[in-house]
Amino acid sequence: MKAKIHVTLKSGILDPQGKAIEHALETLGFKHAGNVRMGKYLELDVNEQDKAKAEVEVKAMCEKLLANTIIEEYRFELTA
Amino acid sequence: MNFGVIVFPGSNCDHDCIHVISDVLGEQATPVWHKETSLSGLDAVILPGGFSYGDYLRTGAIARFSPVMKAIQQFAKEGGMVIGICNGFQILLEAGLLPGAMLRNRSLSFICRDVCVKVENAATPFTGCCESGQVLKIPIAHAEGNYYTDPVTLAALQANAQIVFRYCTPEGRVTPESNPNGSLDNIAGIRNAEGNVLGMMPHPERSAEDALGNDDGRLIFLSMLDALKKAKLKAVGA
Repeated sequence: MKAKIHVTLKSGILDPQGKAIEHALETLGFKHAGNVRMGKYLELDVNEQDKAKAEVEVKAMCEKLLANTIIEEYRFELTA
Repeated sequence: MNFGVIVFPGSNCDHDCIHVISDVLGEQATPVWHKETSLSGLDAVILPGGFSYGDYLRTGAIARFSPVMKAIQQFAKEGGMVIGICNGFQILLEAGLLPGAMLRNRSLSFICRDVCVKVENAATPFTGCCESGQVLKIPIAHAEGNYYTDPVTLAALQANAQIVFRYCTPEGRVTPESNPNGSLDNIAGIRNAEGNVLGMMPHPERSAEDALGNDDGRLIFLSMLDALKKAKLKAVGA
């Protein structure tokens, strides 16, 4: 299975990179863009056919290494 | 005394620390490769600055799983003195030896300049040679020094005098303007609840001798040495 993982800063935590991008969009005239949050996107293969088991494993990867849950939140999807 | 200086792939302040310990303090400094699993014979451990594992994923996130980190966890648990400087601080946070996390600097810039920090707690093994409230000028060099923790943890840090250094003006006033990176409560350095683990963003090893025009940082190393000597005397006496 393939896991597609998104890691972003928790809402309420200052995202200086997101802010800088937001200002750049404003400068470019995109008046409708706001609240830009920048994060990471990871893709990985999980050598496990059982979706439930794969989910448990990817969650553990996120908790242990891929995200720092003090400041970040994560979500992922599994596809065949 | 024998100070172990941990060397991760990408550490770049290890030699500065070794130089200060051996040439300025006249003590023994032992480089410890990150694959080591034992810290026997060491009196204190220094996690130096740098860019361990290229700062990939998050600063310190990969280094915290280096084999030596298990030994450091054990060393700290047994009361051993551990100091993390800059990237070393970031690794201690990721390892959970200190609470909180680092965000990108508010300005998004890598900041490399002298800053002033106020010694908020002089009753630690890392600041015993300082006066309470003393202002030290020590350089910082980082892009991720914007300390963050949740409000409950921050309250505990404040209540237990775990905030050891705060960014301040040269006169010692802790102000928003004197905060270089957006760090919560102007935090520049914290210790653990037990008091034997310290993390700090400023680099005392870069300001530890007259030849560099600034020796304020030497006080941190002298304090550690002093605390180690006192502990040894006490152990002999007992």
